[in-house]
Amino acid sequence: MTQYMLSAHTSGAGERRPQMTEAEISEVVTAVRRIEAEMRSAGAWVFGGRLHDPSTATVVRPSGDDVLTTDGPFAETKDHLGGFYIVNADDLDGALRWASQVATAVQAAIEVRPLVDEMPA
Amino acid sequence: MTLDAGAAGRIFREESGRVVAALISMFGDIDLAEDAVQEAFAIALQKWPVTGVPPNPGGWITATARNGAIDRLRRDARGAELVREVAAQANSARPSSEPFEKEPVPDDRLRLIFTCCHPALAARAQVELTLRLVCGLSTAEVAQAFLTSEPTMAKRLVRTKHKIKTAKIPYRVPEESELPDRLRTVLTTIYLTYTTGQAKPDAEADLCAEAIWLGRTLRLLMPDDAEVAGLLALMLLTESRRPTRTDAQGELVLLRHQDRERWDRSLVDEGQALVRWCLRRSQPGTYQLQAAIAAVHADAETFQDTDWKQIFALYDQLMVVAPTPVVALNRAVALGEVHGAEAGLREIDMLALSDYYPFHAAKAEFLQRQGRTEEAARAFMVASSLAPNGPEKLFLQQRAEGRQVSP
Repeated sequence: MTQYMLSAHTSGAGERRPQMTEAEISEVVTAVRRIEAEMRSAGAWVFGGRLHDPSTATVVRPSGDDVLTTDGPFAETKDHLGGFYIVNADDLDGALRWASQVATAVQAAIEVRPLVDEMPA
Repeated sequence: MTLDAGAAGRIFREESGRVVAALISMFGDIDLAEDAVQEAFAIALQKWPVTGVPPNPGGWITATARNGAIDRLRRDARGAELVREVAAQANSARPSSEPFEKEPVPDDRLRLIFTCCHPALAARAQVELTLRLVCGLSTAEVAQAFLTSEPTMAKRLVRTKHKIKTAKIPYRVPEESELPDRLRTVLTTIYLTYTTGQAKPDAEADLCAEAIWLGRTLRLLMPDDAEVAGLLALMLLTESRRPTRTDAQGELVLLRHQDRERWDRSLVDEGQALVRWCLRRSQPGTYQLQAAIAAVHADAETFQDTDWKQIFALYDQLMVVAPTPVVALNRAVALGEVHGAEAGLREIDMLALSDYYPFHAAKAEFLQRQGRTEEAARAFMVASSLAPNGPEKLFLQQRAEGRQVSP
């Protein structure tokens, strides 16, 4: 079993997608909740969540012996992390199956990346 | 039997894919398998000139590689557990102590092919890894095929294998529900290998030959799949025209000007037999349809005898399963051949493909036939300016200049 991060990136501020109707939003939420329930019952669910807007982020940066605290986000990129799942899967194909379901439900690209297998202390 | 380097090389190339696949099955590690097989080859080069080529070279190489891999794992502390696992597996599956020397090496190449052609890998990386692991090309040969240096290609291969290992791309034949999509990726990769070979006819490693070898191997391993047969047929029929594709000066020769006597008849026959087999399956697909089109061309004794009605019908079918600009354009050209230049031009104009050089080339051709020489020359010029460097660009330029192409 390996853990994978499935992450969804939102397009940057100012480049909003066309506003979804209430019905459309509700459809997406239902689909996503169904997938999450399947992940849990399959033993694949580890953790997951959606993130608030990048404008709510704060960055802490080492500066000499001290740390510097500034308004975020970390990267001045167009795309920002919108949400993520950590799932268990036997192999990449297993992780990709979950990612495909999520990508279809939220109509956005999902990145799948393996976590480093840290040896227990 | 005396062994020269050439004969040894041929044996190694022939056996390489099977042995690597078997070793990966045993140890679950591509690098270990690759290194072990390399070492086994080196040992063979030393021993075989003295002892002669063993009766089952594949088995000998597999046994030698397996022993080398086990030795290597023993030296590596973390490998000890793996060695115990392997020993347990081996003992349960094969009671004999000399498992591979006498028996045929099991063919795990299908697993290897599907792994090398996993969609999580970039298209070019799939081709490179397949050439290296399945076809047994050396890193230097793969580098040369892509006009890059050996160290660069070595790095690329390391990165690709790293992705497979770290992201855990599984070493298996996909399950039935995923097989159609995954097979499509494999076929695309093999065909990409072929077309890459076409673009580099002077490369030392003949990628067209490797692609056809892959196609044959896949057909051996999946004898019931129609698209697998279709891809092989397409490559064979395309390859049959190779002797006439360029002239003595290395310049491109149009299909209509190719001397069909010089087409490789045995490849044509083999390709057409496969197409007939495919037709009986009634499971049409993109490669089968493209192969059928190539077969119709091969049926005609001269270009003038070409059955354009059939070709048009096939492109109509192809548009259903693969509605790409290339197909749309070729269909329009076929329509023009059936109904005349004016109809052809009308059909072509409906496709807004102004960035696509064959679009302008096709227009130019029909304009030329209508005697609209100046417009034709302009269209050839546009086509030439859009075309990538190579024989086609040169050819289009010559047409623009009004130079006659050799008959």
